[in-house]
Amino acid sequence: MKIPACRLADLPRGEACRLDSDPPIAVFHTEDGEVYAIDDTCTHQDASLSDGWLEGCEVECPLHASKFDLRTGGVDSPPAKRPVRTHQVLVEDGMVYVLPSPTPCAAVHRAEGRA
Amino acid sequence: MKTVAVVGASLAGLSAARSLREQGYDGRLVLIGGEPHRPYDRPPLSKEFLAGEIDEDALALEAEGEDLAAVWELGVRAVGLDTGSWAEHHVRLADGRSVRAHGIVIATGAAARTLPASERLDGVHVLRTLDDARALRADLARGGRLVVVGGGFIGAEVASTARRLGLDVTVVEAAPTPLAGPLGTQMGSLVSRLHADHGVRLLCGTGVRALAGTGRVEAVVLDDGRRLGADTVVVGVGARPGTDWLAGSGLDLDDGVRCDAAGRTNIPGIVAVGDCAAWYEPAVGAHRRVEHWTGARERPAAAVAALLSGGRGVPEPPRPPYFWSDQYGSRIQFAGYAAEADSVTVEEGAAADRSFLAVYRSAGRPVAVLGLNQTRLFTRWRRRLATAEARTAG
Ligand SMILES: Cc1cc2nc3c(=O)[nH]c(=O)nc-3n(C[C@H](O)[C@H](O)[C@H](O)COP(=O)(O)OP(=O)(O)OC[C@H]3O[C@@H](n4cnc5c(N)ncnc54)[C@H](O)[C@@H]3O)c2cc1C
Ligand code: FES
Repeated sequence: MKIPACRLADLPRGEACRLDSDPPIAVFHTEDGEVYAIDDTCTHQDASLSDGWLEGCEVECPLHASKFDLRTGGVDSPPAKRPVRTHQVLVEDGMVYVLPSPTPCAAVHRAEGRA
Repeated sequence: MKTVAVVGASLAGLSAARSLREQGYDGRLVLIGGEPHRPYDRPPLSKEFLAGEIDEDALALEAEGEDLAAVWELGVRAVGLDTGSWAEHHVRLADGRSVRAHGIVIATGAAARTLPASERLDGVHVLRTLDDARALRADLARGGRLVVVGGGFIGAEVASTARRLGLDVTVVEAAPTPLAGPLGTQMGSLVSRLHADHGVRLLCGTGVRALAGTGRVEAVVLDDGRRLGADTVVVGVGARPGTDWLAGSGLDLDDGVRCDAAGRTNIPGIVAVGDCAAWYEPAVGAHRRVEHWTGARERPAAAVAALLSGGRGVPEPPRPPYFWSDQYGSRIQFAGYAAEADSVTVEEGAAADRSFLAVYRSAGRPVAVLGLNQTRLFTRWRRRLATAEARTAG
């Protein structure tokens, strides 16, 4: 599945947008011009990482400041302990597409009947 | 430095220990903690943990399998500090032992203030530690009437949680407006309307004269003579820095361990971090004790850099203080220094909707920002404040 996110031109560097997929995905355009996608919901509590503070290749959760590496999804600072999923990004003809990774996380959602 | 002792094994102490290892310190590391528990997170103690939504395991601050190659001395308090020459200090422990260290990180946090004679009554609580939270949680499960003394953040969060659990809740605040200290009068009163929205009584402008009861608390007697029947009482009247054990050490103590803008104390080889420390804040030109999670998490990196460089390093100025609070399902976020402001305006949203962003200014320059359910916008403003401050400090 290839989800169109937005036009690259509409996502300035340093900004993020949120896809209302299930689970929601955050797409970041870094100051260096890279585009990354990770799960939008912080693994600590209910915060949207696309509302967070982007610095280099890291986003800081807008609530309690856990930091996630956009390249790996790894978390390097409490209170969050679990990583977020990363997703592949494609830029074609000025459009940003996200290829959501089929991971256990989605499976758990289905098993719980939330998907 | 052959040995570094970190005194206080909570958020600030753990963050300091991590920073020591991250910054290449490979000597002996001793962590001394007065509580028997591994480092745990306090904010949920008034929120999800108190509500029974998460258990103790979820409070752990250490990552699974994390190993700092440290000697942990848990469940034993430091009772004294003998400062020697630059190279050697001794931390005296309650069990008679003493830890010799060349570098010391003071991270003993703060302890809840109590009301006189409140200890002798059952059903009267403070909330600072895991053990406090366990005891309060058990009492809230009995239901009934809860009186919260103090309308600050902890008091308000306890009121909110207890209300959700179905208790009848009254908050008593001595000042005319709750939260006036951290938020200013205008915004303090706006945010405090959340209490009434959720059926919690807020009584302002009257102190507490006494707690009445035999064995178990029965009522709270106010200064104006009113008597509020109570099954449980929570005293949330602030915290005092955990610095008693430092008396006579030669450290400069004045509402916390006085430090420069990088956490260095007046004695070489000793830094202080977290709720017990009053760092010099260049942005306000004074010392401030910042009692928030994020400061205890972030600032130890700078203090450790200063410690390891023998005082020569010049760390980056810390970001402006930031805290959050969760009350009645609303998300309150604040950054900066409200006391500096001469005006405050709602820039986005509306107070009536319980969703707004307010900016505090001093002579037209933004010095603080408050968000109520405005996470995204708040992050932007917080960032603007941080960069503006870095410019003026640098
Ligand atoms: C109930 C509650 C809710 C909170 N909610 C929020 C929130 O929503 N947002 C926010 O920003 N902040 C919140 N805070 C504040 C935040 O938790 C503190 O700022 C933070 O815990 C400070 O960390 P610290 O390590 O400096 O001190 P502490 O966490 O107080 O830890 C100090 C440690 O040192 C130990 N100690 C003390 N004296 C000695 C001694 N002599 N020898 C050995 N050990 C000693 C203590 O036992 C303690 O474990 C909350 C605090 C509480 C209590
Ligand atoms: S919700 Fe993200 S760190 Fe708490």
